Amino acid sequence: MRYLIPIALVIVLVGFLAVGLKLDPRKVPSPLVGKPMPAFSLPSLDGSRTIDDAALRGRPLLINYWASWCRPCLEEHPLMMQLAARSDVNIVGINYKDSRADAQRWLARHGNPFGEIAQDVEGAAGLDWGVYGVPETFVIDAGGSIVYKQIGPMTVHDWQTEVAPRLGVRP
Amino acid sequence: MIPELGHGALIFALIVALVQALLPSYGLIRGDRRAIASATSAAHAQFALVLLSYLCLSWAFYANDFSVAYVAQNSHSELPLMYRLAAVWGAHEGSLMLWMLMLSGWTLAVARYHHRLPADVAAIVLATLGAVSTAFMLFILFTSNPFERLFPAAVEGRDLNPLLQDPGLVFHPPMLYLGYVGFSVAFAFAIAALVTGRLDTAWARWTRPWTTAAWLCLTIGITLGSWWAYHELGWGGWWFWDPVENASFMPWLVGTALIHSLAVTEKRGLFKSWTVLLAILAFALSLLGTFLVRSGVLVSVHAFASDPARGVFILGFMTLLIGSALLLYAWRAPKLATDAPMRMYSREGFLLLNNVFLTAAAAAVFIGTLYPLFADALNAGKVSVGPPYFNAVFAPLTLPLAFLVGLAAVVPWKRGDWRESLRRLRGIAVAAVVVGALLPWAVYDRASLGACLGTGLAVWAMLGAVHEIWRRARSGHGISSITPAIWGMSLAHVGLGVFVLGVTIVSSYSLERDVRLGPGEETELSGYRFRFDGVVESQGPNYVADTGTIRISRNDREIAVLHPEKRLYRVQRNVMTDADVDHSPIRDLYASLGEPLTDDPSGEWALRLYYKPMMRLVWGGASLMAIGGLLAIADRRYRTVSAAQRKAVAALAGARA
Repeated sequence: MRYLIPIALVIVLVGFLAVGLKLDPRKVPSPLVGKPMPAFSLPSLDGSRTIDDAALRGRPLLINYWASWCRPCLEEHPLMMQLAARSDVNIVGINYKDSRADAQRWLARHGNPFGEIAQDVEGAAGLDWGVYGVPETFVIDAGGSIVYKQIGPMTVHDWQTEVAPRLGVRP
Repeated sequence: MIPELGHGALIFALIVALVQALLPSYGLIRGDRRAIASATSAAHAQFALVLLSYLCLSWAFYANDFSVAYVAQNSHSELPLMYRLAAVWGAHEGSLMLWMLMLSGWTLAVARYHHRLPADVAAIVLATLGAVSTAFMLFILFTSNPFERLFPAAVEGRDLNPLLQDPGLVFHPPMLYLGYVGFSVAFAFAIAALVTGRLDTAWARWTRPWTTAAWLCLTIGITLGSWWAYHELGWGGWWFWDPVENASFMPWLVGTALIHSLAVTEKRGLFKSWTVLLAILAFALSLLGTFLVRSGVLVSVHAFASDPARGVFILGFMTLLIGSALLLYAWRAPKLATDAPMRMYSREGFLLLNNVFLTAAAAAVFIGTLYPLFADALNAGKVSVGPPYFNAVFAPLTLPLAFLVGLAAVVPWKRGDWRESLRRLRGIAVAAVVVGALLPWAVYDRASLGACLGTGLAVWAMLGAVHEIWRRARSGHGISSITPAIWGMSLAHVGLGVFVLGVTIVSSYSLERDVRLGPGEETELSGYRFRFDGVVESQGPNYVADTGTIRISRNDREIAVLHPEKRLYRVQRNVMTDADVDHSPIRDLYASLGEPLTDDPSGEWALRLYYKPMMRLVWGGASLMAIGGLLAIADRRYRTVSAAQRKAVAALAGARA
């Protein structure tokens, strides 16, 4: 009987992988797309105040989940810095499962592309947002609804074809 | 015409692979010796055809033939020749061609050595490899044809991903694939053992060098990848627990377990069915790695352009190959296993523990890597598993291995005596405790429990391995009687100790400093003065770079000049950081450019400076393990045909005739 255990485990694994193929994290849009952004209230990274969803409504923006321990975040970072230099793009960062000191050191080291930064230490807000891993970037319209979710690092190509048009700015 | 020639050769190679899989099997059933012998010719023909096909693709890159879609997507006429040839494996389609080349190369190697094997074993090994080739070739031809033409042809290529334009990365994928694919040989031997029922000492002896060869290639491949990440990503780390790194690490862990359990199967005839299972698992994990990287089920920096159709295909043939192997296992293994008595306090007992820890570590990596996928599939919410999980889980599972290495070295096969071990290990234990407790204080002025424990265990493992050599040299036959296999094993174990020491010291005593410096300004880090001499613009073949100059001095004597760069690759418009490192045996001084802090790039810059003590030991330890593997393969025992073996081969040939 115990010689059947390996094959049984493989069958279970294949089942998961097959489902995983359908759940392709890059391809399947978030169920939150088209819905208002989830309500949250998080401390800012410097700890001085609270940032909530209400304060962010009224203008289109990008919400970027990132962490200092996340290597792919560095991949998209140069693009984020370029976007941050533009006057028509607002980026709000949500620092995910990270320590304040590490996050601040990371920003000092690489540059800070974010207009505002909230801190989600436990990842509780991340659950509401359906964050799978970092980085993830949400495009929010002026009404506060999620119009697009970018999973994984945003490339120049993603920005030009998917994100910029939905944000309503030139690529 | 040349791409079409390559495509044609690949189609013929598929037909040959099919013949190689089917004809020998038919021959075995019918007792037809000519059909059995056809496997060897098929292996030769297949290698020639795949090589031709691979060379045709390389030619298209060499000649900048942008009418081939794959070349147009991954090359550029300004790309230096070395990178043009390496660009062949720079993306999905071509890397599969490389994979295929390696697979047919391993098959050829097995075919050329097969006269040492009984004909039935050789036939099944080659037929199994033929079946694996068939699956991969179908995959290439139906979903990932690299020879597809582009009409109208592109005027210029889109360039190779700049991340891959680095000497370290030129050799990283081929070595990694040699390792991945090499486990297919161990897999094929496992199938042969299950089919023929020959799961004995001779089988273990045939399988060992192939497994060690694959393992050593994988070791080198992983090390090169880590080396590359250290130099290229610009933040001083060398291992990131990225899904793709994990995908190469899991087969390595299981392969390491396999090497050790094969030793027990050869010496003592134990762990038979477990060894076969590990051989199947090591290859299954190699395939799983391929699947994870190419299907896009996990998010990773390395991910190839993902395509669900490809994912379905790989999942399908992975299930077929591994599923049928495990069914065969469930059917045949119970009859092959022998329940010989075993004492726990013996070398085989410790090797069993070694296997437990290695497979548990592989399972921990497996769970961490796939957990997000499981949770998602079960609708249990979205989660991410980062380095914190792996760092917390991995050290407790692997440090006992270093302890076992030192202990097992003094324990003999069959039955050990703990009093005897204690007597032999007393000196080593004292040395390990003393060095572990003192070295961190003496050299680095401060210590933590982790630093002392890691240092002590490293010393323990190294001395244990050296002690075994010393003991053998003193006993009876002298140092010349020590076989290359024993030298290899001891060297690899010393390598493990060196690696553990390196990791311990680097993670405990690295210093880093983020500074803002203008030209001519200085900063100090761990007794070294770093003077920033500004940034100038320089031109590479296909990029422009901001090149910084940092002069490092100690006690007013200049010891190094570093030139970290920020490169902008013209075609794909992305910026790459290229760190610069000054190496010495006891420390690395590492500098990378952050961002310019003024509009004028010749002004102030954010700089990252690291002092990383003993960083060389991490690479050095991994290299020693690989060299140890090489020595072990070189052992004559694997190449000479014993009289008994020759008789068995002859008897079998007689029976078939």
